[in-house]
Amino acid sequence: MRLKDGKDGADYEVVTMTLPLDTERRLEVLGLTEGSHVLIMNNKKRGAIIVKIRGSRFALGQKIAENITVKEV
Amino acid sequence: MEEMTIGFIGNPNCGKTTLFNDYTGANLKVANWPGVTVEKKEGAMKYHDHIYKLVDLPGTYSLTSYTMEETVSRQYILSNEVDVIVDVADASALERNLYLTLQLIELGKPVILALNMMDIVEERGMEIDLHRLPEMLGIPVVPVSARKKTGLEILIHTAAHHKNKMVGEKIIHHHDNQIHHHKHNHHKQYAMVYSDEIEDKIDTVMEILEKNYPDMSNYRWHAIKVLEKDKEILEKYPADYKDILSQDYEKRIINEKFSFIEEIIGECLVNKSAKEERTDKIDALLTHPILGLPCFLLIMAAVFFFTFTIGDWLKGYFEVFLGWFSESVRTLLTGLHVGAPVISLVVDGIISGVGGILTFLPNIFILFLALALLEDSGYMARVAYVMDSIMGRIGLSGRAFIPMLLGFGCTVPAIMATRTLEHRRDKFKTMIITPFMSCSARLPIYVLFCDMFFEKHAMLAAYSMYLIGVLMAIFVAFIMKLLDKKEDDRMLLIELPEYKSPNAHSISIYVWEKVKDYLTKAGTTIFIASIIMWFVLNFGPGGYTTEMTESFGAMAGRVLVPIFKPTGLGYWQIILALISGIAAKEVVVSSTAVLFGIGNVASKAGMATLSGLLASIGFGALNAYALMVFCLLYIPCAATIATIRRESGSRKFTAGVIVFQLLIAWIMATLVFQIGSLILG
Repeated sequence: MRLKDGKDGADYEVVTMTLPLDTERRLEVLGLTEGSHVLIMNNKKRGAIIVKIRGSRFALGQKIAENITVKEV
Repeated sequence: MEEMTIGFIGNPNCGKTTLFNDYTGANLKVANWPGVTVEKKEGAMKYHDHIYKLVDLPGTYSLTSYTMEETVSRQYILSNEVDVIVDVADASALERNLYLTLQLIELGKPVILALNMMDIVEERGMEIDLHRLPEMLGIPVVPVSARKKTGLEILIHTAAHHKNKMVGEKIIHHHDNQIHHHKHNHHKQYAMVYSDEIEDKIDTVMEILEKNYPDMSNYRWHAIKVLEKDKEILEKYPADYKDILSQDYEKRIINEKFSFIEEIIGECLVNKSAKEERTDKIDALLTHPILGLPCFLLIMAAVFFFTFTIGDWLKGYFEVFLGWFSESVRTLLTGLHVGAPVISLVVDGIISGVGGILTFLPNIFILFLALALLEDSGYMARVAYVMDSIMGRIGLSGRAFIPMLLGFGCTVPAIMATRTLEHRRDKFKTMIITPFMSCSARLPIYVLFCDMFFEKHAMLAAYSMYLIGVLMAIFVAFIMKLLDKKEDDRMLLIELPEYKSPNAHSISIYVWEKVKDYLTKAGTTIFIASIIMWFVLNFGPGGYTTEMTESFGAMAGRVLVPIFKPTGLGYWQIILALISGIAAKEVVVSSTAVLFGIGNVASKAGMATLSGLLASIGFGALNAYALMVFCLLYIPCAATIATIRRESGSRKFTAGVIVFQLLIAWIMATLVFQIGSLILG
């Protein structure tokens, strides 16, 4: 499933990312690597999503959240 | 006395600047790194008979060469200018912060890890094993709290003693789930040891590098960078790397670093399950899907209220003082029998020009104080989140909303606020549209002309100006979005830091820096602009003149009449008033008064006389509306131009903005006047 479709308060594991290389690298150095855990803090129907990656909060644009696939933990 | 340079580096929001300020105070030298528009802060301190030069490196999450900040930091650390690196980490988000630490250790310079925000860690009931952590990393670890100013001396002391030491002797760790069969036992030398496959590749590249570049230092780091296909390193050290470049190792290198970090966290972080955090509770309201936007609007309304009520109140006193000051100077100079042209230059030119700009200082001070509070508390990043989907439709990031809003107050601090935008393109786009937001200096123009020509509908006519400005900004942004094909790359990715109570010391330094900036740089530009403007209006072919009609300015106005004809502004007095308005927009009002010889333009009688005089030369309500539209859209004042020049770092871009805005103003005024003439017959 896509990260964008995740539920608030649920923990997910990153499976794949299909994003422009520099966006993907920027996410990876923040610790959003394949196999890492993402906790969804706030997922509106439209727009950006707030997640917790390795203990820090980040706002990710809709396009980023749509192009990350995750699975439930 | 011995001297030593310490470089401070860390993730954004790790409290690095607060820590840096603790050491240096307001005693900073702010400049740009050579060749780039990345800010460089330097300070100095004395401790135990040693002089320490402290350099604040840009906040960054990693040391690749994707951004200017990263490249600058990396080059500086690799240079011989710095003796010790202090890596400031937010101990409450250690897992993410350690990534930069591992990269720094690989660079091979002496590194000390400063664990900042230890007070927050304790507050949350977490504990960090300060014995095991340095053992695993092979570098000294010093717990500090920049906000509570604890551990500061120990940190400097450690730095002083660590000057010539590289990574410590023995690094004890064991990757639980991996068994190494590599020919070298790297664990004795390096904190970060990769899987056998990557280590083999590192060895291969190191051999190639050793052969091709015998003078290179730190082969291991360069080899890792080659495997990551780092642009800068590959350009600098080309060689036949064989099939190594055909595979993507960067991802694996990042992943393995994070695996090691997980191992460190597992061993060193005790009681990971933190208490329920304050930030989550506040964010439940401030980033709420429905309530988030109203909350933001309310906060902004408060900022505006304070900026303009308190600011204007202080401004009033300032204006009274300025009036007294210029009269005193005039009396003094007259008493000294100084010539009339010099008195006029000093009083009418310099004091009124520079003083006029200084009267905005209270507004600017309060505005930046409010901004500093929002930034330091951690709210600013939330604004970007709240506004992102709305701003996304016109191709801008949520962050760009802040400067646009500030533009209603004064364009100068608004342009300065574009600094907070991450992307250069966003920054430039925002600088183009921000001047369309009608600033407070344009209000006197609307008030005067609306009162004279629109009587009952005066308020409505004035409001329409604000609306036209906003629509113009949206329209231009939208056009830029259509023209900009790379728009899709712009994806919001921003850290939402923990909320914290603002730190008075950091805020006072931030505000002081901004005020100083405004005073010195805008001051010098305005000083020169005022002199030029005075000269243009007081000198003519016959030399000094008190008759403005005989000045060079009047001549220029007459030359420009044909160009302004279609806009309904083809009167030399009006053109001259507009030219003088470049110094500051409200000057249009005073110039109009002077040019038509009206003493008190704000009074009823003054206005009646002026509108009569204007009517006699054929200047009616439609012309007045076209004039207001032109004033709204044409080149921002000299201070704004100077600010755009400084913030963009480009003369070409600044010139482009000026031409673009003159054109837009001309086109819009022409449209208003021509269409209006058709409708009104």
